[in-house]
Amino acid sequence: MRYPTWIRQHLAALRALLVLTVLLGAAYPLAVFAVAQIPGLKHHADGSYVSLHGRTVGSSLIGQSFTGKDGDPLRQYFQSRPSNAGDGYDPTATSASNLGPEDIVDTLPDPKPVAAGKEDENAGQSLLTQVCARSKAVGELEGVSGARPFCTPGGVGAVLAVFGHRTADGTVPHPTRVVSLNEEQGVVKAPFIAAYKGVPVELAEYGEDYAKGLVVPIKGDAPAEPAVPADAVTASGSGLDPHISPAYAALQVNRVAKARGTTPARVERLVEASTDGRDLGFMGERRVNVLELNIALDRAFPVRG
Amino acid sequence: MSTTLAGIIFIGSLVLALAVAYRPLGDYMYRVYSGTKHACAERAIYRLIGARPDAEQTWPVYARSVLAFSVIGILFLYGLQRLQNHLLLSLGFPPVKADQAWNTAVSFVTNTNWQSYSGESTMGHMVQMAGLAVQNFVSAAVGMAVAIALVRGFARKRTDRLGNFWVDLVRGSVRILLPIAFAGALVLIAGGLVQNFGDAHDHVVNTLAGGHQAITGGPVASQEAIKELGTNGGGFYNANSAHPFENAAPWTNWLEIFLILLIPFALCRTFGRMVGGDRQGYAIVSVVATLAVISVVLVQVFQLMHHGTVPTAVGGATEGVETRFGVSDSGTFAAATTLTSTGAVDSFHDSYTSLGGMMTMFDMMLGEVAPGGTGSGLYGMLILAVITVFVAGLMVGRTPEYLGKKIGSREIKLASMYFLITPILVLAGTGVAMATRSGRAGMLNHGAHGLSEVLYAFTSASNNNGSAFAGLTAGTVFYDTALGLCMALGRFLPMIFVLALAGSLARQGRAPESDGTLPTHRPQFVGLVAGVTVVLVALTFLPALALGPLAEGIHS
Repeated sequence: MRYPTWIRQHLAALRALLVLTVLLGAAYPLAVFAVAQIPGLKHHADGSYVSLHGRTVGSSLIGQSFTGKDGDPLRQYFQSRPSNAGDGYDPTATSASNLGPEDIVDTLPDPKPVAAGKEDENAGQSLLTQVCARSKAVGELEGVSGARPFCTPGGVGAVLAVFGHRTADGTVPHPTRVVSLNEEQGVVKAPFIAAYKGVPVELAEYGEDYAKGLVVPIKGDAPAEPAVPADAVTASGSGLDPHISPAYAALQVNRVAKARGTTPARVERLVEASTDGRDLGFMGERRVNVLELNIALDRAFPVRG
Repeated sequence: MSTTLAGIIFIGSLVLALAVAYRPLGDYMYRVYSGTKHACAERAIYRLIGARPDAEQTWPVYARSVLAFSVIGILFLYGLQRLQNHLLLSLGFPPVKADQAWNTAVSFVTNTNWQSYSGESTMGHMVQMAGLAVQNFVSAAVGMAVAIALVRGFARKRTDRLGNFWVDLVRGSVRILLPIAFAGALVLIAGGLVQNFGDAHDHVVNTLAGGHQAITGGPVASQEAIKELGTNGGGFYNANSAHPFENAAPWTNWLEIFLILLIPFALCRTFGRMVGGDRQGYAIVSVVATLAVISVVLVQVFQLMHHGTVPTAVGGATEGVETRFGVSDSGTFAAATTLTSTGAVDSFHDSYTSLGGMMTMFDMMLGEVAPGGTGSGLYGMLILAVITVFVAGLMVGRTPEYLGKKIGSREIKLASMYFLITPILVLAGTGVAMATRSGRAGMLNHGAHGLSEVLYAFTSASNNNGSAFAGLTAGTVFYDTALGLCMALGRFLPMIFVLALAGSLARQGRAPESDGTLPTHRPQFVGLVAGVTVVLVALTFLPALALGPLAEGIHS
């Protein structure tokens, strides 16, 4: 029986797709898999697993959290970067924050559930506040200043809503009212600056709408190159970044050495061994593999008890 | 070595590698598409398909074959996802939701590879391999076939035949994409990519800190190679090429960028060979390279200067960027992926500086011609060349000609319709999204950046790019449906116009060159085409960009 042309055309298309599926969708990946079984490739193809004392503890390519059950950093381990993959370094939920460079105003939590010890699910930290909070926490952990531009000493984004007449260039020279948007009444005692252009600064109140105000981030006098490095306060693209910068590793050496009862110089030597330069001298960045470093630490200076 | 210098060498080495590959690969592809002999295995494939490989097709038949193959591809991929719980290697995942399956099917068949799903928690290995990866191959091969058909239109005279779609499809897949992808996959494994059929549930490790971590394996390397080579971009994992298992080292990052740009650049050589003038190929590749280099440099500058509140607070634009790649190389990847129709990402554009993010959007708005997707980039560029000779012809008052073909009213109408489709889809789509509640609900960020997310999504879908300002919640019925439509219309309408144009060019004879003919291989023409490309884009999209990224980037 002869079908009309348009049906024959679609039947040909279906047959073509099926043939190509067998070739490109089955034979090709299986052939790659087969060749990848040769020594040298197999370790990678399987997932670059690493082990400690005969026990597989992860993949050298996939970062891990080195935090305790309460979520606090374990002092004897080098810490990875912040992560947005699930609850942190979860390979079944890889993700970036996707927050933009001007994401600077928090959605404040409702004080009622917070007072009852619960979390307000609608609340959300802006990217700026996340950066400031991380910087403050890392600074406290490592014993350096966590101050950054556009951050309050309390570790939130230093952002004001300025009310009043706007001039043609978009500024408000004579404000009538100024609110610190990321500092909530009842949570913070006093705003990070007392007054802005002569107007006293108020704390933000939950549920108030400050949309009419001009949003002004305040840079402050923190150094442009803070003590806490950039990668320590920003999340990676995958949420599984296995590396940190040499600067962030250097910042952690003293704390780790102390927790393990050894000298910083000895820890530094291990850091050096886990540091990779740029590939071929110009590709990518210098980096320290955190899991490999921590495994080396556990081997060389096991934590007592 | 400073970051800037390392970044410059990184770009320079890519340019050099592409220049070295340009002639041999371009000549090889010329022989693939011009040869009359069929390999034994290919004959067997044609017999199975039921195609007569030596019977050439007219443009309507060629176009109907393209459409039939694509429709079947969409239905097959949709079915595969909906039935995945019955398949082997499904990892226990349930069927993909209907609207998401439709979006994904269209997305992969149109070479867009927009990801409205999260790979590691949605797609089993079978769907990834037999569904998504197959479309990675064939959608690229279809793009190349249509481009070659257009080039044949320029090269041939007084004929209504443009070649045989099935032959072009099979040869593109088997002789060009498959060998390069195979070699690429093995090299990527050497760099650390995984290739196994493991189930994450069986690979849970106890971490040093005493927690659990599921190591998600899969046939990743084989898919990654063709994802970049075919300018597809749909990641095996949600984090795409930022995931260490998809992109393990700085040098695999370099290789993936190289694979993205390889075929689109070399096709310019193939074009030159087919129309009988290598210089025509060099002219087109010069336009492409100029636009590409400018764009890469601008992304770099904006990213490394890290203008904006959060980047200033941080001291660098490192949010969403992997340590091993760094800001500079990530910016190069971002430019390469948006200049082509790839859409793979090794860092997250949503968190880029406002102006860096705008450049990635602008790259796509160029119509993805510098160098564009595999095949689609070449035909897009040739359409712009046709528009340029028309504009130039108007200026000097002569009948416009390109490669000995008269650009008459039918030709310029087809070229204009081709050009107009994308702006209509992007601007109308964004407008509709902003006007409806369900459209606005998807934005993660507020204000100008929220608009950028929506504008980026429609730009990406309509241009078949597939990268995202990923903050947008795109997995909703509204966005799955609307972006699915944009992808389909943005792919197939232009293809039909291109093939119609090819048909009408092939029917013409060849006008002899005269003193009045505009030479189309000189720097003057290169500058003219680049100018027309940028001006057309700027006029079309500047108002929308002004409300989004420009507003955000300039206010502070």
